[in-house]
Amino acid sequence: MFTIFKPMRADQILHPTDAGLYCPPGDFYIDPIRPVPRALITHGHGDHARSGHGAVMATRQTLEIMAIRYGEDFAGQRQVADGPVRIGDTTVSFHPAGHILGSAQIAVQPDHGPKIVVSGDYCRHPNPVSAPWEPVPCDIFVTEATFGLPVFRHPDPAGEMVRLLASMAEFPERHHLIGAYALGKAQRLIMLARAAGIDGPIAIHGALQRLCDYHVEQGIDLGPLVPATADQVEAQLVIAPPSAFASAWVQRFRDPVIGFASGWMAVRARARQRGVELPLVISDHVDWPQVTQTITELAPQEVWITHGAEDGLLRWCELQGIPARPLRLVGYEDEPE
Amino acid sequence: MRAFANLLERQAFTPARNAKLRLLRHYLEATPDPDRGFALAALTGDLKLRTVTPGLLRGLMVERVDEQLFALSYDFVGDLAETIALLWDTDRDEDVPLHQAVALLSETGKAGLPAAIAGMLDRLGPSQRLAFLKLATGNMRIGLSARMARMALAEMGVPDVAQIEEIWHGLTPPYQPLFDWIAGGTRPEHAAKAPFRPVMLSTPVDLDQLQAFDPADYIAEWKWDGIRVQAINDGGVRRLYSRTGEDISGSFPDLIEALEFDGAVDGELLVRRGDDVAVFGDLQKRLGRKQVGKTILDSHPASLRVYDLMIWQGRDLRDLPLVDRRAVLEGADFGNDRIDVSPLLDFTTWDDLAALRAEPPVPVIEGVMIKRRDSVYVGGRPRGPWFKWKRDPHVVDAVLLYAQRGHGKRSGFYSDFTFGLWDADQLVPVGKAYFGFTDEELRELDRFVRNNTIERFGPVRSIAPKLVLEVAFEGLNASGRHKSGVAMRFPRISRIRWDKPAVEADHLSTLKAMIL
Repeated sequence: MFTIFKPMRADQILHPTDAGLYCPPGDFYIDPIRPVPRALITHGHGDHARSGHGAVMATRQTLEIMAIRYGEDFAGQRQVADGPVRIGDTTVSFHPAGHILGSAQIAVQPDHGPKIVVSGDYCRHPNPVSAPWEPVPCDIFVTEATFGLPVFRHPDPAGEMVRLLASMAEFPERHHLIGAYALGKAQRLIMLARAAGIDGPIAIHGALQRLCDYHVEQGIDLGPLVPATADQVEAQLVIAPPSAFASAWVQRFRDPVIGFASGWMAVRARARQRGVELPLVISDHVDWPQVTQTITELAPQEVWITHGAEDGLLRWCELQGIPARPLRLVGYEDEPE
Repeated sequence: MRAFANLLERQAFTPARNAKLRLLRHYLEATPDPDRGFALAALTGDLKLRTVTPGLLRGLMVERVDEQLFALSYDFVGDLAETIALLWDTDRDEDVPLHQAVALLSETGKAGLPAAIAGMLDRLGPSQRLAFLKLATGNMRIGLSARMARMALAEMGVPDVAQIEEIWHGLTPPYQPLFDWIAGGTRPEHAAKAPFRPVMLSTPVDLDQLQAFDPADYIAEWKWDGIRVQAINDGGVRRLYSRTGEDISGSFPDLIEALEFDGAVDGELLVRRGDDVAVFGDLQKRLGRKQVGKTILDSHPASLRVYDLMIWQGRDLRDLPLVDRRAVLEGADFGNDRIDVSPLLDFTTWDDLAALRAEPPVPVIEGVMIKRRDSVYVGGRPRGPWFKWKRDPHVVDAVLLYAQRGHGKRSGFYSDFTFGLWDADQLVPVGKAYFGFTDEELRELDRFVRNNTIERFGPVRSIAPKLVLEVAFEGLNASGRHKSGVAMRFPRISRIRWDKPAVEADHLSTLKAMIL
């Protein structure tokens, strides 16, 4: 006498719902967009990490970032992801994603059925503010496709810094205001500027202060930073979140050079839509060569695509003979604030 | 070409004039001849190269990239040259001198062109690839006028802008004599005749605003739906300029031949057959042609309707009052029936003029021009002396039905909208609009499209019929091509009616009733 366990189908282990990706055998959601009883969170960007869940499991840094952004009571309970953990009839583990500080991929291994890795947002370019992306063998790989078209080959960010420095030398009397998302991109930009030889003070908008402080506490030396809220901003390089450019704050600068650091800046029309003068192609997401290389290396049985330019990546998978399907998750921004 | 590519990129994104000038001057100072001269000509549109067709470029690409991935990429990027620059796969990034690229594009024969272009692309990094492809397609679009280029030159050395402008039209790329002069050499010999003179522009007005003025101080004429031009015969040198100073003589040999006067005149370029002025679409067929065949010269004859004289028989009339210039104009003999004079309208009150404007005798009239009798001719757009009073747009409230991603400036966003009106209990598509909304509204519309998609047909999404758009348009034609039976002219989204339920949108019968 013995029991035969029938392996679960992949879509019984994880499937999209209105609230987000749901795992029935573990009874949890991953990066839900609505309040749920139990959430596993890949990283601290606002569209993935929302407040108001019953219980949240994430890396220590993601939990601390959520506490900074939403206050200490952002969830009923919190649990640091530390090594493989049993949740319901699954074993869950977190692995570095290389996207921003604390970002993780989440691996879900059901007791009977295929192993699924939800990579969240991830990036394989070296990034001084994030632990490097780690390959996690799996049966089903769930990937973003933010830059899922072959036109996206992010250039070496050091080259983008050369362009920034050239502009600062060409227009020495003008402040250079660079838009960068407050969490991750701003700190990465500061580290790139340091590596390019900008040793002096860099001015930061007030909205970046607490997150920059947190990066410093985590051992990332951002160098001398001054507030960009004074009447006289002494640094030529100023970093601010995109929302600041629509506010009165920007009016204290006379004739600034407005820049923006984002993977979208590779496409001129996108840069024009932003109204920027100095587009800097700096991205925390996988570009086309990276996403296709990742799928090739992991060689999963199936690829699921969460959000972004899924049509391009679907076509590539089709050409490679890799089964793939779009999850068409809504609620995730192209590049989040 | 790396420096040139960088200059193009910076120019494309730099809105401020002074910053554009500085970027250009730094480039010209740092770049050797002949590259800087070719760059200057490329920026001002004076570099005549073999034009590479989009078809040739597409052909190169589909040999290298899956056709469907290419289509998706182009759909996203919205610009063919840029799509190819981004897609081309090579690890090399040589700094190829600009004059080599220019030589390739002017000397390569037709049969060898695809391979030569591919070979060049293989040597270049992404930003140089884009610069090269923009050269090849002859489409810079960076908002740098020839006037600004001359200002940058004037900042570099001895001659001032006016001196450079005097000789500009007599020079050819790569302008070695000009750069020598700037560096302290002698002034180039030239025959720079028939220069362009800045055009006088008007400001919009409506009936309420006109009440502040005395109609007796003004003359009025029809506003023709053609192209504003400056036609010159300066001692035998004949030129036709657009109102921005672009020399369009090459596209209109028939009209150039007819410029048998001595002077510089301001008027409207039209296609006219006998007394019948053709619609703007006919004129459009004549624009931008490098070679003009006999067939189109016969079927679409160009003509000039003159409304002002700037220079006439050696005299500069621009400081005279309009009525005095007009008197000379009415007495002038142009000696050619391709040229006539724009007639004045007979009115006493503004209401008289409103009545005329409401019922123009021919459809190619798009309103009336109102000009102060005592106005002297000044370049630019002074406020007051000249007004344009265009026909009122019509509006309907329509329902958004389909959306497609835009190209160019709007690429990546859902910005091409098909809208419909009620016909009994069904919504019938009646037109498409691409503009009229702000960037902020575009983002909202884009979000609405993403969140309300019902079905996808390739690049087109069908949308849940619940958003009402107020659509403004200039006129309406009966059309056999459209299912609804009507075709709108210049439809645009004038307001987004987030507040209005779709059931309250207009009916097709309302629109049809607007056809006169």
